[in-house]
Amino acid sequence: MMGATALYTSVIRERWRKPRFRGDLPGATVTAEDVNPLCGDRVRLALRLEGGAVAEGRFTGDSCAICSASADLLLERIRGRSVREAAAVTVEDLLATLEADIRPTRMKCVTLPLSVLKAALRAA
Amino acid sequence: MRLDELTRPDFPILGRAINGRPLVYLDSAASSQKPRQVIEAMARYYETSHANVHRSIHTLGEEATELYETARDRVQRFLGAASREEVVFTRGTTDGLNLLAEAIGRTLRPGDEVLITEMEHHSNVIPWQMAVRDRGAVLRAVPVTGDGVLDMTAFERLLTGRTRVVAITHISNVLGTVNPVGEIAVRAREVGALSVIDGAQAAPHLPLDMSALGCDFYVFSAHKMLGPTGIGVLYGRRAALDALEPARGGGEMIKEVWLDRAQWNDLPWRFEPGTPPIAEAVGLLAALEYLEKLGLERVTEHERALTREALQALVAVPDVTVYGPRNPAIRGAVVAFNVAHLHPHDAAALLDGEGIAVRAGHHCAQPLMRRLGVSGTVRASFSVYNSPQEIAALAHAVAGLESML
Repeated sequence: MMGATALYTSVIRERWRKPRFRGDLPGATVTAEDVNPLCGDRVRLALRLEGGAVAEGRFTGDSCAICSASADLLLERIRGRSVREAAAVTVEDLLATLEADIRPTRMKCVTLPLSVLKAALRAA
Repeated sequence: MRLDELTRPDFPILGRAINGRPLVYLDSAASSQKPRQVIEAMARYYETSHANVHRSIHTLGEEATELYETARDRVQRFLGAASREEVVFTRGTTDGLNLLAEAIGRTLRPGDEVLITEMEHHSNVIPWQMAVRDRGAVLRAVPVTGDGVLDMTAFERLLTGRTRVVAITHISNVLGTVNPVGEIAVRAREVGALSVIDGAQAAPHLPLDMSALGCDFYVFSAHKMLGPTGIGVLYGRRAALDALEPARGGGEMIKEVWLDRAQWNDLPWRFEPGTPPIAEAVGLLAALEYLEKLGLERVTEHERALTREALQALVAVPDVTVYGPRNPAIRGAVVAFNVAHLHPHDAAALLDGEGIAVRAGHHCAQPLMRRLGVSGTVRASFSVYNSPQEIAALAHAVAGLESML
């Protein structure tokens, strides 16, 4: 299990089993969604923006463990941050948090929630 | 001797280790591995006989032309086609379907209908969407039943005097269903429609006989049948091919050219503009020789036994859902499944950690995924070199998947 262990780190497993930010967000002020053309995965982000900051965020959709973990960690990271700070989160930030050896074939699983976030913030 | 015991030594790649485990390659429906005989035939061609074909008036050109055209004769025999003129080389199944959709598409009139099915690969959906678009023609699809077979009552209802083309897969790349394409070709002809059969998943596994099948067109790829990437075959019944105006131009497909017009070449070259995939034709020739030496009946029998074992083993694993018909007699060599709440890509990545290569995702069949109510599936598919031990290894690994994530 060398390959799979490096990919599915304890961070990813933990977030996949017990996501903290999965679900609907009543009172969301902005939403966005997109699909990963490679696998058909869909991620929908709902954010509640207050006074130029991200008060709360939730994600829903069909997605793999890596994509779910990425979305969950992303929403945790931007909670309470200004819209400008949220928009500045990079793929490298997420990769560091995931602590995983993500191969190019799965990179889109990591980046999909991030691109949905950027779309949501642009729409705000 | 079992077929896998006979063939495995011919496939160098099967000796690889993946993640410290022996490779278990169960993704032949996406692309099969290649025997030494194919790899060596292509290398020998490049080392001794390569030149461009048809108008090279020198020894190498003549040798290359002879090899290329010999490959055509071999395909004719393999398919049971009436003449070599009925065998057109393409770049693959997708290319062949696009060629047909482009050529037939320009004859479509408002109100004309193209009939596909819900279980088509996107390659047999999108070209027809493009063909009907802007012409006022309509694309219709035969639904799939809960058992994973075509709803033939609906087929009869959807097939009308307006139907110009019936384009359907011989074997589903997800469900494995073997469709009654002979019967469908007959019904299509009765209403004056052309029949187009996507044989990508059938040609590697079943004996084919175009004279008995009776379809107008049949397309497949070499790379799924032990041959190289980059070449495929479009079989066209002589009269059906003759009636088609070529949609693609270039060298080789003409007899005489003026600045404002041209006279098309004879069949089959009329549909082969540009330098063809010559080395790939040589590789396809070697692949067909290899398959025919094994015997297609024996190939079918071996793969059906593997499919039966895989179905039995996977159905027995708790929380595994298997898709498609349960009867191996009407199935090709693919088994699609899902494991509890695991995402197919996670399942495939975990299996890869065990050295097991499977496909995961929507398999370029999103309309069918919607019909099944899933975003994707895992898919194991089999070829001549797969063994019962590999099926057991798959089932064992699948049973342990849930606890891994």
